[in-house]
Amino acid sequence: MITVIHQGHFTTIQDEGRWGYQAYGMPSAGAMDRYSCRVANLLVGNKINAAVIEMTMFGASFKFDEEQLVAVCGADMQGRLNDAPISNWSSFLVPKRGEIKFASATTGYRTYLAVRGGVDVPVVLESRSTYTRARVGGYEGRALQQGDVLYVGQDGAFQVHTQNLESQYIPQYGEQINLRVLLGPQDNMFTPEAISTFFESVYTITDQSDRIGYRLKGPRIMHTGKADIVSDAVCLGAIQIPANGMPVIMTADHPTTDGFAKLGSVIRADLSILAQARPGGTIRFRCIGEQEAIEALKHEKQCYISITKLCQDG
Amino acid sequence: MLVASEYGLVVEFGTTISPEINMLAQRLTRLLNMKRIEGIIEVVPTYRSVMVNFDPLCITRSDLSEFIWQILSEIKVRDIERLPPRIVHVPVCYGGVLGPDLDFVARYTGLSTQEVIKIHTSKPYLVYMLGFTPGFPYLGGLPDRIAVPRQEKPRAKIPEGSVGIGGNQTGFYPVESPGEWRLIGRTPVKAFNPKNTNPFLFSAGDYLHFININIDEYFRIRREVEMGTYIPDVSSMGIEGEG
Repeated sequence: MITVIHQGHFTTIQDEGRWGYQAYGMPSAGAMDRYSCRVANLLVGNKINAAVIEMTMFGASFKFDEEQLVAVCGADMQGRLNDAPISNWSSFLVPKRGEIKFASATTGYRTYLAVRGGVDVPVVLESRSTYTRARVGGYEGRALQQGDVLYVGQDGAFQVHTQNLESQYIPQYGEQINLRVLLGPQDNMFTPEAISTFFESVYTITDQSDRIGYRLKGPRIMHTGKADIVSDAVCLGAIQIPANGMPVIMTADHPTTDGFAKLGSVIRADLSILAQARPGGTIRFRCIGEQEAIEALKHEKQCYISITKLCQDG
Repeated sequence: MLVASEYGLVVEFGTTISPEINMLAQRLTRLLNMKRIEGIIEVVPTYRSVMVNFDPLCITRSDLSEFIWQILSEIKVRDIERLPPRIVHVPVCYGGVLGPDLDFVARYTGLSTQEVIKIHTSKPYLVYMLGFTPGFPYLGGLPDRIAVPRQEKPRAKIPEGSVGIGGNQTGFYPVESPGEWRLIGRTPVKAFNPKNTNPFLFSAGDYLHFININIDEYFRIRREVEMGTYIPDVSSMGIEGEG
């Protein structure tokens, strides 16, 4: 059992997401930073889709009833185990009655705490991810609160040892990020000048950014005609341009359908970088072709395979 | 076919709302779901298109496109394997605190509140697609006489079950959410209930028929819904191709 001593800012249970129900209006939800979530799971020997704890900007603190193997990945929230500093991107044992405490993120925005066996909350529509807007999944469909008690599952997939991740697998988080974009499906609703403006400008992440979407501020992107379309499906990472010309990037809890033209989408491999960007940070976009997007996915997959191997070898 | 992302492919049948275009989208969705192609993650039908989410490391876009072309040609050849549409009857208590904008709609349209209710319940509406929030049905076919503009300033919190009209659209909110529709009533029925084996009341292609009930019936049904004993009234008596 793990007891929430302090809830942090917006702390939820997430896994790889709830896929297969967007036809019914159910967003996929799931970890915003899929890379950190997966690596945290691998470090404790879980399957990659085990449920973890996602913390946002200000971390939570937890008390453990039993000895547990845990891992912390993502933003550095100055975690401490029984008041001694812990290192990020590592797995370690929390002793019986141990307490882990996080403060605010020094770099990055979201931190993932994985525990061997996964956080055991009920599976709703094939996933444990929290989607707060419909009060679905996770812990009673909401962000964690002080006093909540979490159970730990038994489904560790393979044996591992406590360890620090090799630095080549640890991303660096900065105030300025670059994101790769694939055009479509409504890029023809924008003038060529508007599209060049988008790729040549710097956009700032506003504080109206959350798990639903990242709202950006910068040079306006003009539509050739109307801004809206007859509603169609929205994919994870889609860049919508509403009538005011300010881009919105759709993230984990985004509505499944919407009526704004979409200029393109941030490639899947780069959404983890976006998830670690904070309000006030800036983004530059780069237009790429489909092959580069697929290569990025392959590279990511190769990283998971190598990390799994490292963890198993000890 | 359009690119939605490296793992998203959109098959677009048109750019307008029409029952014919929507029927093609729904038929393609049904066939894709039936064939269970390796690498397809999920299929999302909308008013006028189908988005296919796929794993590009498992199936290439060109292979997937070819497959979809093949299915599309089958649709034309065999034409309609017409399932009789399901009509889901949704009881609504109109006006009062549960429908605070009914008077506005009556004033705006020059009708009496009873006439507005009568027109709103006069025919079933096609569920073109589901989206926005879990179980939210996008309906088509609202009679023009009761179309009213949306509120300029959206309400931050609209209670679950609220039935509204916005422009020429109508429907109800399955979960509490922000919104700008004019609220004319409330249903005790849940369009999304994660406790049910099938948590979603509607599928795209169904019809939704609003039924006028009084406040006593509203509370009686609400209790049944809470206890899990309520069985939604569903019929399949044929309406063909209405929108």
